[in-house]
Amino acid sequence: MLSIRAVDLVVIGGGPAGMAAALAAAEAGVEEIVLLERQESLGGILPQCIHNGFGLRYFKEELTGPEYAHRFMLELEKHSGIKVKTATMVVQVTADRQVVTTSAAEGLVCYQARAVILAMGCRERPRGAINIPGTRPAGIYTAGSLQYLMNIEGFLPGRTAVILGSGDIGLIMARRLTLEGIRVKAVLELMPYSNGLNRNVVQCLEDFNIPLYLSHTVTAIHGQKRVEKVSVAPVDAELKPLLEKEFDLTCDTLVLSVGLIPENELSLQAGVELDPATGGPVVDSYYHTTVEGIFACGNVAHVHDLVDDVSTESAIAGRAAAAYLRGEIKGNRWLPVKAGRNIRSVVPQRLVAGQTTPLYIRARFPERNALLHVGRGRVKRRIVSPGETIYYTVKPEDIDESAGYIGVSLEGGEGDD
Amino acid sequence: MSTPEVDVLVVGAGVVGAALIRELSRYELKLLLVEKEVDVSFGTSKANSGIVHSGIHDQTGTLKAQLCVRGCQLFPELAAELGFLYKQNGAVVVARSREELVKLEKLAENGRANGVKGLSLLSREELRRLEPNLSAELAGGLLAPSGGIVVPFDLVFALTENAVANGAKLLVGTEVLGIKEEKDGFLVRTNRQPIRAKVIVNAAGLYGGEVAAMIGDHSIQLYARKGEEYLFDRKLEGLVRRTVFPLPSAISKGILVIPTVDGNIMIGPTAHRVDNDDDLGTSLAGWNEIYTEARKLVPALQPADLITAFAGLRAVGTTGDFLIAPSHVSPRFINAAGIESPGLTAAPAIAEYIVELIKDSGLKLRRKREFNPIRSVVRLRDLNPREQAALMQKDPAYGQIICRCEMVSAGEIRDAIRRGATTLDGVKLRTRSGMGRCQGGFCTPKIIRLLSDELGLPPERISKNGPGSELLFGRLREDQEETAKEEKQHA
Ligand SMILES: Cc1cc2nc3c(=O)[nH]c(=O)nc-3n(C[C@H](O)[C@H](O)[C@H](O)COP(=O)(O)OP(=O)(O)OC[C@H]3O[C@@H](n4cnc5c(N)ncnc54)[C@H](O)[C@@H]3O)c2cc1C
Repeated sequence: MLSIRAVDLVVIGGGPAGMAAALAAAEAGVEEIVLLERQESLGGILPQCIHNGFGLRYFKEELTGPEYAHRFMLELEKHSGIKVKTATMVVQVTADRQVVTTSAAEGLVCYQARAVILAMGCRERPRGAINIPGTRPAGIYTAGSLQYLMNIEGFLPGRTAVILGSGDIGLIMARRLTLEGIRVKAVLELMPYSNGLNRNVVQCLEDFNIPLYLSHTVTAIHGQKRVEKVSVAPVDAELKPLLEKEFDLTCDTLVLSVGLIPENELSLQAGVELDPATGGPVVDSYYHTTVEGIFACGNVAHVHDLVDDVSTESAIAGRAAAAYLRGEIKGNRWLPVKAGRNIRSVVPQRLVAGQTTPLYIRARFPERNALLHVGRGRVKRRIVSPGETIYYTVKPEDIDESAGYIGVSLEGGEGDD
Repeated sequence: MSTPEVDVLVVGAGVVGAALIRELSRYELKLLLVEKEVDVSFGTSKANSGIVHSGIHDQTGTLKAQLCVRGCQLFPELAAELGFLYKQNGAVVVARSREELVKLEKLAENGRANGVKGLSLLSREELRRLEPNLSAELAGGLLAPSGGIVVPFDLVFALTENAVANGAKLLVGTEVLGIKEEKDGFLVRTNRQPIRAKVIVNAAGLYGGEVAAMIGDHSIQLYARKGEEYLFDRKLEGLVRRTVFPLPSAISKGILVIPTVDGNIMIGPTAHRVDNDDDLGTSLAGWNEIYTEARKLVPALQPADLITAFAGLRAVGTTGDFLIAPSHVSPRFINAAGIESPGLTAAPAIAEYIVELIKDSGLKLRRKREFNPIRSVVRLRDLNPREQAALMQKDPAYGQIICRCEMVSAGEIRDAIRRGATTLDGVKLRTRSGMGRCQGGFCTPKIIRLLSDELGLPPERISKNGPGSELLFGRLREDQEETAKEEKQHA
């Protein structure tokens, strides 16, 4: 039968979130930690992100993705209590914290953990999820898998490309493709604004004269065997394509950067409650989920703009798991966050009373000169964009416990047009 | 080049050709199945609704009705022998109004006349009890418990693999281009070697008219009727358990809500004539039509749960019935044409029927003693943890998961390639890798590697579904420079 191995803490996912969480837990005194990663090596998405722009917030210097990951790998090696298992896939997690894995090296193994940290990251939305009409030829890639094929495997995936979606990966891939001699005809964005960081729009598109078509989408894919062209049309205010204005762009490759979905199939198995606004688990100030002893951090909890924030947040989760294992953080009093005007999501969703909690807030639409309300706290925001996280650290004095919740809203802003 | 001589040549490895070659492999015959695509089941048999129809819909007295009911009866045993993905989940046809209840009774009568067993009419309440997620507006239903669902390409793979195991030959990438009648049979010209055959069966699907014309038979006139289908995430598993049909129209069974064997929910198909035989695109109009109709049956369906869409082409003849008969030009040339729906269901019965026609043509058929009806494959997902652990211990490749959404191991992908997959789609259809919610985002690069290693081809030769659909254009510049540098250092 299956052997069962008892451990203090299992961390699922060896990307930036899992690495930071495991390290923080070890530094906080947890003795037996197993870090599980399905890829052959640690780092998650970072090894394929060979551009720089990482680490400015966390390390106060500019690093590439592989460099950023390497720093954490070196730290991990210093802790003999952290057992890293790569090429190991978690196939099941239960509410009582059994974690079943498979690997070529060990076959099927079951861990019984006292605490679990979920750090599985996210996946990309595929073509089918956005239902683009047309044929199904070769040459349609999501931005992340294209990045893997080029940067890890060293393959040339096409010669002329159109990119749908102006999220950060889409923008970065526009530059990457161009540098490799692949002609990027256009980046198309359904919304009237880019979903990526402003610095990426400038550095990846404008500097290379790649046209960005806002309020446009792909209306059809053509080509029997390989992509031959795509039809493109502007969209109206309801995001419906204006087919009378349709035009064609010839290309052999269509790159989709149309959103990330936190990978919570395992969380659901364990009975963890998800927040429909983030697609990730509902967590409290300690990144404790609704299932006792199970924590979640990084992109599995919510999609972050910057890996630096993932590291910071995951360290909180790692330390909290250590405290939990010492029996310190059970049965906390918490208040729910309530999203008001122009707020799409807030993480954490539950704030533990008396704590200082950094919040990650996302707006629904762009505006200027709005006042951010967080409980009793107020702060002015000159520019609000759905593509950029709004940061706010809740202090105990912001919280009015008698209200029964903490309201978060943006008030009095001016439309951005 | 030598000219193989066979007793029976079957043209086209769709479900009809596959079922026939497997049925014929019970006999002492030299058999050859040729397919123009690089793999079997890359035509209409890949892209359809995957329903094993009970036979209530077809007009009594037609070949369609006779062979559909018989085919449906054959499925349970065939699935037990060949281990393809099949489930007898039952079907319900629903009435949306009191007036439609009358039509439902007519349909039941038609079904009984066709020999369909176990039919029963359901009240509104009985229907809701069986399928609680159906619209509350529906007035009643007709239950056909013998109906089922099948993964259509899995059926074709199982049939051809079993036929090959029993001595039949299969040549993919081999297109029949011309046929000349000779004294004792035919000389067949292909894009590869010529073939001599005593009997030919034309199971070329959409191209049945062209193949018949090669012997001067111009009686087969086919056109393509497209059907689009939309597939939802497996998290909706159980939304409906039976296949849900509205009342049929004159040309189709309508827009259905179909639970797949793999646990997805699928909606479709449309039924519109197209002029182009390779028009496999999906459209906004198709989606709107399907979604509007499907929501009238199951209101909970949401576009956010979509994972993919596809379209298939039915080969429609002029008579409204299957055209299965020896050609008027030669009794040794048998057409199996116009095999539109329910062709998937009927295929095993079509095979039996054609075997009788072959006997009539004068060819002697003797049963083979050593025929083995069993075929088995390893499917990690279907094993219990103990069996999985034992398998991984024996062969670690089954412990290495490649497709994370559908839990497919490197061992299963290797097996699929050894069973005949040469392309990304071939691996996908045999193992489900890349069919899940991420649609191949993570596993595609790894499958390219496995195909490249196992077939001994460079990665840039690996294609999605055959020549012209290669996935890569070679290596990146800097990478080439580096390899060049390394090579220099070596020299
Ligand atoms: C949208 C849709 C939904 C359907 N749903 C159902 C359903 O739920 N249940 C059901 O029972 N039926 C269904 N059908 C019908 C069913 O799919 C078909 O009846 C069946 O697949 C036809 O099989 P076939 O072998 O005749 O054709 P195909 O699968 O098309 O096979 C013919 C093969 O011949 C090859 N070929 C052609 N010309 C040559 C040549 N010159 N040389 C060599 N090879 C050649 C082709 O490449 C092809 O692979 C559906 C059809 C569609 C389109």
